[in-house]
Parts: sequence; structure tokens; C-alpha cells
Amino acid sequence: MSENKKWYSLDLGLNKTKKSSGTCGCGNAEGSCSSTPKKEEELSPDEFYEAAINASIGEERHKDGFDQVFDVKMDRRSAFRKLTASLLIGAGAVSTSCSVTTGDKSKEKAQIDWEEQFKGNYKLMTDEEKQGTIERLMRSYELRTDKNISMTAENAAEDVLFGYAFNISKCQGYMNCVSACVEENNQDRNSEMQYIRIHEMKDGEGFKFDKADDNYYHEVPAEGHFYMGTQCFHCDNPPCVEVCPVQATWKEEDGLVVIDYDWCVGCRYCMAACPYDGRRFNWSKPEVPENEVNKNQHYLGNRMRKKGVMEKCTFCVQRTRKGKNPACVEACPTGARIFGNLLDPKSTIRWVLENKKVFRLKEDLGTEPKFWYFMD
Amino acid sequence: MGIFKVFKSLVIDSLDTITKGSAKYHLWMGFLTLVMLIGMYCYSIQLEEGLSATGMSDRVSWGLYISNFTFLVGVAAAAVMLVMPTYVLKDIDFKQAVLIGEGLAVAALIMCLAFVVADMGGPSVLWHMIPGIGVFNFPNSMLTWDVIVLNGYLFINISIPFYILFKHYQNKEAKKSVYVPGAILSVFWAVGIHLVTAFLYQGLQARPFWNNALLGPRFLASAFAAGPALIILVLAVIRTFTAFKIEDKTIKKIAMIVTVAAQINLIMLVSELFKEFYAPTHHSESAYYLFFGLHGKTALLPWIWTAIPINVLATIILTFNKFRNNLKVLYVCCGLLFVAIWIEKGFGLIVPGFIPGPYGKIVEYLPSGIEIGVTISIWALGAFVFTILAKTAIGIELGELRYKDKNAENV
Ligand code: SF4
Ligand code: SF4
Repeated sequence: MSENKKWYSLDLGLNKTKKSSGTCGCGNAEGSCSSTPKKEEELSPDEFYEAAINASIGEERHKDGFDQVFDVKMDRRSAFRKLTASLLIGAGAVSTSCSVTTGDKSKEKAQIDWEEQFKGNYKLMTDEEKQGTIERLMRSYELRTDKNISMTAENAAEDVLFGYAFNISKCQGYMNCVSACVEENNQDRNSEMQYIRIHEMKDGEGFKFDKADDNYYHEVPAEGHFYMGTQCFHCDNPPCVEVCPVQATWKEEDGLVVIDYDWCVGCRYCMAACPYDGRRFNWSKPEVPENEVNKNQHYLGNRMRKKGVMEKCTFCVQRTRKGKNPACVEACPTGARIFGNLLDPKSTIRWVLENKKVFRLKEDLGTEPKFWYFMD
Repeated sequence: MGIFKVFKSLVIDSLDTITKGSAKYHLWMGFLTLVMLIGMYCYSIQLEEGLSATGMSDRVSWGLYISNFTFLVGVAAAAVMLVMPTYVLKDIDFKQAVLIGEGLAVAALIMCLAFVVADMGGPSVLWHMIPGIGVFNFPNSMLTWDVIVLNGYLFINISIPFYILFKHYQNKEAKKSVYVPGAILSVFWAVGIHLVTAFLYQGLQARPFWNNALLGPRFLASAFAAGPALIILVLAVIRTFTAFKIEDKTIKKIAMIVTVAAQINLIMLVSELFKEFYAPTHHSESAYYLFFGLHGKTALLPWIWTAIPINVLATIILTFNKFRNNLKVLYVCCGLLFVAIWIEKGFGLIVPGFIPGPYGKIVEYLPSGIEIGVTISIWALGAFVFTILAKTAIGIELGELRYKDKNAENV
């Protein structure tokens, strides 16, 4: 990290060896630093727990002794849960889940809803807890619709930092990316929510966003126009994350800025803080026809949302953590979209960054987007 | 044990006073209750349908609720303008006014919290924000700071008047050594709540209209004009309808505060306008939208061009001693000022922050009927709470409400 600068800058790890890949950041190669490097295999339960905390809360840990706070928090939360539970039992509000007359299924459903209502923040969960919640969510979907979905809680892989590049010369404004995104990410069909916006601009006027049209319905490419797409840029210094009062949104180890839909309280502060129009809010209950639901889901990605929570592009976390490209990249017929691992010197995205004249939007804000534009 | 008994009797006595009153009083309370019920119905629709029942959208994601919240924080903070001289500088004049002022602060804070809750997408998971049980993103998020300072201020403003009234209720003098430190604390705290609320907006580099160093100070100035202006109006009402004595001198002193704050506010407005329009940059677009409209979109023009002239007019009138000392003129000016600042610091501040959007897109905002219903009912809630507090306080101060200890020799 460049210590001489007061402001933040994106660190692609170009100038250093692997020292920052561990989560401790002390740079001690001998391993005398207390935090264990993440190794998926052969970990004792204790080490595993430790690594899981490291993976999920990252640098915060050595910032403020998060460890203790973490433990206390979980204890208090379960105490709170027990307390409310007993109160409600007293009030007879859980009668459905206790009564003998209701069926096993509705009992189970009530049990699941209960645990989901009072679960913690995903960011702070251990891997077992993450597994627990996705299992509950899958079961609950099955109970409600008699259909199965598959949901994962895959964590970020080591030595991965996702980045994106957009070739303005190639984009023709077909918007295949937009529809692929909507389908992949189970976005609300009623309000026609779209993460990606394609801006149509006039040749010869340069980037005049205020004159651009991001809601066109005519044949493309229109004469005398060029196109560029925007979406969440997964800033490396994301203002949206700073402002969230409950840490319902955060930056993962692989650079994805994600949201825990179940933890979000819907204050929309992050939306006001995002300089790139990256976030979308569920103003009403999102609806996707059952036969169009994408059933390969990730907890932080395209699982079904509810009304009153924030969502946004996740670089298709459900695909990219499995080594695939995001849906928009795959759908683009012109090859304008390039995605990859910024830490892999052999990746296409690195080639673009090193060989093209790339730029980013609103660089002066210091948000360090991991989304570059370039032209042929 | 004794304290508990006194408290019980206080509750019973105050319940007794607030349920009794003139026909006008009952009419007033009945009207407020009706408005609140309508608002609750509107809110139930909003809960059912989600926030799509409001006029807000992805492009303008905060609206009437947050506007009112912002404005009311200012009203709450203004109580301090009265607390300061009374408790600390021993200015006897203000003594009665200050209880009213603090009652107003409590009512304003309750309205603030109600507006925030009304604005939430997920009120059922609000416990995520409770420190210790949920995850409190302190100190990174200014919203968490705001939660702390608002609740702290609410606590201070409830406990100080409660202590004084509780003592008076028992025919005892309130101890200075107890409430003066609290009063001093609340002075700093009031500045704090307003600055922190301004920082909520000021800290967003994404919104150039807010990201402006003058926002905090301007918040303070406008708050110290609008808040005491409201207090003057309330005192005027109380003077006419109850036996509670408020001297002209007190009102005139508060009017002085209003005037100075309104003048400072105008100076800052000029400075802001100069910056936006002398050398307009891309970042002045929101201001252009607010004052002149942008690309034919002009929804805010009638509002702001109502607010600015009456603000200037009221300030100029108040500046002249002759007019200010005429109570009739004073009341009108206070009313005008209050409305002007409500528009300017509410609507005129929040909505243009989102217009044009991050990429220059202009989508206008108009509150929906549901939103207006909820908003009005929260104001009614505030008036309701304030009436109850004021009625009890006035009863105690007038000596109508007194603890009757059976063992005590004097009644
Ligand atoms: S583009 Fe907006 S939503 Fe996405 S990370 Fe940056 S600030 Fe957050
Ligand atoms: S809307 Fe949700 S994610 Fe955004 S700041 Fe509020 S709680 Fe956090």
C-alpha cells in the first residue's frame, strides 16, 4: 500500500509478492502472525472457525479487536432471540408452531421463518451458519412451491480480485446483456428492474451523459450514435458500504460488493451514496414467474429478494465463483465485455489494462471502480 | 418507594388533566386523533404494497419523509436557544418558555423517529440497528451517529423537564446542581444533532448538491430561525388559551433570536447562490434545477419561489425593531419564516440532491397521496404529544396539579 498518500487507491498487487493474500496483512512470511492463512483442506475445527471469521470479516478483525465483539454479539443475539421467543410464546403468538392440529409442514415452515427472522448478519456468520441458512432457504422454497432450488454459500477464493472492462468501440446497444442479466438474476419483472443501463450517445459530442438516452426502444445501432453500459462498478473504496448503518452491504475478499438481503433494513442510504447509479431498490414485492426462476442461486447473488430491500449487480457471484463469466459477458454478441481476475497476470482483463488506454468514470471521487472503459 | 408513589400519583393526575378540558380542547384532540387514524390507514397500505405506494423511485430515493425528518431535527435543536439563557445565564424571563421549548423538542424528536421508521423498507427488521443485538456500523456510517445523538437528545430533553416538573409537583424547588449540568450538555448536544444530520448528506461525494461545506452551518442557522419561530407561535397560542403567563418581554427576546438566525441564514444563502451561479460547473445543475428548472422539468419552481421571497420578506420585516415589537406582525412573520424554511430545508434540500441523477437523468418527484397522508398524520402525532406534555407541564406550573400527600400538613 502506498503509505505516502492520504487518499485511497486500488491495489492490484502488481508490485508485491503474495504477502497480502493472507488476511492478516502483517506481511510476516514466517507465519508467526496469529491469523492462520486460509487453507480449505486439513484444518482442525478451531482453525477452520478462525479462517472462516477471517474470510468473512477480513481486515476489520485486526482493526478493532473484532474477535471479542463478535463473540459477544452472537451471544446477545441469541439471548435476544430467546427472550422474544419466550415473550411471544407467552402471548400465544407462536401457537401455530406449537399446536398439534397444524400439519408437520406448516410447523416446519413456521420454525424456518422464525429462525430466518432472527438470524444474524451473513457477513459475520461462520461457514456452518451460512450452510444452515441456505439449507433453511432451500427447504422453505420447497415447502412453499414444491420445487427445488440449489443455493450455495461459496466464499471468495484466494488470490482472486474480479475486474471488468468495457469496449466502447464494440458495443452496439443490442441490450442482450440487459435481458440476460434480468433472467440470470431473477430481477423483478413487474417494475422491470435492470442492473445494467446502456446509454446511447451522439457521435461527435463525446460523453454527454445528461444528453444520453438510457431508455430507448428503437432499432440499434442507430445512425450516428455510440453506446456504453453502466452498472455497479464494484468500487474498491465503495462509499455505499461505508454509509450502511447495519453493515448489510460489504466488500468481499474477491472484490465483489454484495448485500445481505435479509439484513438490509431498506434505509436507502447506500443508494444516495453511490455515484454510479449502481443500486436498485425493491419498491414493491419482486415477482418472477415460477417457470422463469433461475434455480442456481447464491446467497449473496440471485436468490429471491423481498420487498423493501436493496439489490444490485453482483458480477453474478453465483457464476463467477464457479469460474464462469457473468451472464452479461456471455450474452454480449459483440465481445464488448471482458471479465476476469485482476490478480492473474495471464488473464484477458490484465492484458486489456496493460495494453489499452483505459479510463474509469468519475475517477476524481476516489471510489476506485473495478470497471474500466476502453476503445479499440 | 416514596418516589414511586409520587410518580404514580403524577401519572394519574396528568391523565386526569389531559382528559379534561374545554370543548375546544376536546375538538382539537379529537381532530388530531382522526388525522392520526387516517395516517395509520395510509401506512398500513404502504406496509402492504411496499414503498411503491409512495412517489419515490430508484432515481429519487428519498422524498417527503426524509425532508420532514431533516427539518424537524432543526426544530428539535432549536429548543436549546431557550435552554441556554434560562438555566445557565439565569435569565428568569425564559423560565416558562423553556419548558414549552423542551416539550416541543420532545415532540419534534418523536416525529423525527416516526418519519425515519416510515421511510424504512423493512420496519420489521429494524432491530438490526439496535447496538449489541444487531450490527451497528459505528463509527463509519453517519446514520448510526444520528441514531445515537437523536436518542440521546430525546433522553436529555425528557429528563430535564421531567425532573423540574416532578419537583414542582411535590412543591419542592428543583436543585440547580442537578439540572444545570444536564442543560449545558443539551446545549452542545443540540448543535451536535444538527451537525450530524447535516453530515449525513454532506458526506456523500456522489451528490454535489449536498457535498458542500456550508451545509452544516446553514442547517444550524435555519434551525435556529425556524425552531424559535415555532416556539413563538406556540407561546402565542398558549397565552390565549390558558392561564399560563408569558410576558411580552419573553416573546420579544425569542424574536431577537429568530431575527439574528434568519439574517445569518440569508447571508449563507447568498453565498451559496453566488457559488452556484457565478461560475456554474457541472455540479451546479441541481441548483439550476431547483431555481430555474432543467430541460423543461420544473416541478420544484413553485415551491422554491414561494419560499425564497417570503423568507427574505419575513427577515427584512423582522430586522426593523418597530415591526418586530408589534406582536401581530411578529406572529405573521414567524409563520412565514417557518413555512419558508420548511420548504427550503425539506423539499428544497433533499429532492434536488437526486436531480439530475448520477448520469444526468432527470426524473421528477411528487409525493403520492399515501405519503402525504402519513406525513400529515405524523405531524398530528407531534401536535398530540406536544399538547399532552404542555397541558401537564402548565398544570403543574400553575399549581393546579400538586401531589397531595396524606401525611403532609400543607396541601
Ligand atoms: S458502483 Fe455504487 S453500488 Fe457499486 S460498489 Fe460503487 S458505490 Fe457501491
Ligand atoms: S438500504 Fe440496506 S444495504 Fe443500503 S444502506 Fe440501508 S440497510 Fe444498508
